[in-house]
Amino acid sequence: MAVVFKKPNALTDKPTHYCPGCTHGIVHRLVAECIDELGIEGKAIGVAPVGCAVMAYDYFSCDMIQAPHGRAPAIATGVKRSLPDSFVFTYQGDGDLAAIGTAETIHAAARGENITIIFINNAIYGMTGGQMAPTTLPSQVTQTSPYGRNVNEVGYPIKMCEMLSTLDGATYLERVSVDCVKNVNATKRAIKKAFQTQIDGKGFSLVEVISTCPTNWGLSPNAALDWLRDNMIPYYPLGVYKDSTSDKEEK
Amino acid sequence: MKGNEALAEAAIQAGCTRFFGYPITPQTELAAYMAKRLPKIGGVFLQAESEVSAINMLQGAGAAGVRAMTSSSSPGISLKAEGISYMAGADVPGLIINVQRGGPGLGGIQPSQADYWQATKAPGHGDFHILVFAPNSVQEMVDLVSHAFDLSDNYRVPAMILADGLLGQMMEPVEIKSSDEKVELPKKQWATCGHNNEREHNIVNSLFLQANELERVVRERFERYKVIEENETMCEKYMTDDADYIVVAFGATARVAKAAVKDARAKGIKIGLVRPITLWPFPKEELKEVAVNAKSFLCVEMNMGQMVEDVKLAIDCSRPVEFFGRTGGVIPTPAEVLEQIVKLSGGEQ
Ligand SMILES: Cc1ncc(C[n+]2csc(CCOP(=O)(O)OP(=O)(O)O)c2C)c(N)n1
Ligand code: SF4
Repeated sequence: MAVVFKKPNALTDKPTHYCPGCTHGIVHRLVAECIDELGIEGKAIGVAPVGCAVMAYDYFSCDMIQAPHGRAPAIATGVKRSLPDSFVFTYQGDGDLAAIGTAETIHAAARGENITIIFINNAIYGMTGGQMAPTTLPSQVTQTSPYGRNVNEVGYPIKMCEMLSTLDGATYLERVSVDCVKNVNATKRAIKKAFQTQIDGKGFSLVEVISTCPTNWGLSPNAALDWLRDNMIPYYPLGVYKDSTSDKEEK
Repeated sequence: MKGNEALAEAAIQAGCTRFFGYPITPQTELAAYMAKRLPKIGGVFLQAESEVSAINMLQGAGAAGVRAMTSSSSPGISLKAEGISYMAGADVPGLIINVQRGGPGLGGIQPSQADYWQATKAPGHGDFHILVFAPNSVQEMVDLVSHAFDLSDNYRVPAMILADGLLGQMMEPVEIKSSDEKVELPKKQWATCGHNNEREHNIVNSLFLQANELERVVRERFERYKVIEENETMCEKYMTDDADYIVVAFGATARVAKAAVKDARAKGIKIGLVRPITLWPFPKEELKEVAVNAKSFLCVEMNMGQMVEDVKLAIDCSRPVEFFGRTGGVIPTPAEVLEQIVKLSGGEQ
């Protein structure tokens, strides 16, 4: 019988612990498919964050390191600077990347570190039970913004792709979403392009994936996808924010 | 050679090829030396955005299986605490140098030993130890660097050289073993360096959500600590054989203490010096031995007496343990220490 759909080799057989309908699973699969298609599992080292994806080290079949909260880009830097021929990626949530790890993210980009970051923006702290994140939308209700995010009090969300695009060190930045088949396909293309950027030695790449957290948004998986389309994409427009792959010299 | 530069060169000779740091006085020359030397030998010097990042870069390099180090001074070591804990929890080797200055807070930039507690008791959260070495000369700093790297690799425990501003800035002649051959590093089967499709994936991780599992991992680590305590404790004993009184001092302070011990001997006071070279593991047995004949002890430190409790515990509080120290960056003089020794001996001559 012809196999038409199978688990990518870059994923282990471990069942994931993600909630039903959570988009973390989709992104894991896309990352793994890209690793398979580029044939880089053997030289890949992944860095897992602190957040819902903390146990990504059990799910990807390449070598994996579990980083302290927010420090994945620094760990990745240490690995890549030690093994320049390896392939190094981090997988981080918005609290991890845009709050506690802001400095690590910005400076890895500014240095043009030849690594790839997969950034899951679900506008909330998933793992700790749904607190306000740096990417929580204005008026969005969370456990720690129970009356809705009041921008006069706690300020505005951080748009990471826009911010990072001002840095000369960043080579490839794209924001994508996994809310529908078309966008899932686009996300895969973006991840592959980002990975290729690293393989070509062209420096820092990041793919921001607009994602859902049905559990902490208090919505069904389908309603969460609708909410994402209605609220997140207007605030976080999809697209390529930086692509200097053709101007950058190989490292 | 200046102490800080000697530390750097010794690390290079020990096969260290990666350095991650953030500027801070009084360890500046170390990083500057690395910045000059490492690129010339195919290594990497990287100035991080903070000590937090530097220690995590060290963890990344250590996990990748290469020999790497970071250096800082007291306030920066506080920032490294998180990373040190993660390294300990994931059994990642690496060398951390603390050229101590006065604290707490921003404190001062003069020599100090006020990070004794931090280094030996709480270099980060959780149940763990790191190896802590306290050299007392530029030569000993050099010798301990390669030893610290070796032990760190062998036991998969992070190691720290606890120096101070005095040793870092001191100029002394040194001999650094140099060889043109590449240092043969131990094979690290556990390292996350890419499995090359030849083995199962390696995971460097400190998360164990099952309480029983975490307990098992911690207990296994403490078994290793026991082996370290039995085999790797280092200490110098000076004129302790017939000593009625014992001065205990480490690092740069031990030099001052030794001068005072010599002066006291000249006055006929039967005094000796015990100088812990490893602060963890602490030389408990050696202290217990000298306590058999000694009447009392005097700890001399550049802090408010942080080592006193360890000495008391080592000798089961069987003898009085007095303390003399200067802090804030003030260096005690041999005359001050001698005065204390005379007091300790009840004016006996
Ligand atoms: C130093 C530190 N502070 C806080 C925490 C608790 N913590 C664990 S996960 C998390 C938030 C993760 O949220 P995010 O990065 O958005 O990822 P998600 O869970 O939504 O995928 C926090 C605050 C921690 N583990 N370590
Ligand atoms: S809490 Fe949210 S982000 Fe985490 S696994 Fe569940 S749905 Fe996904």
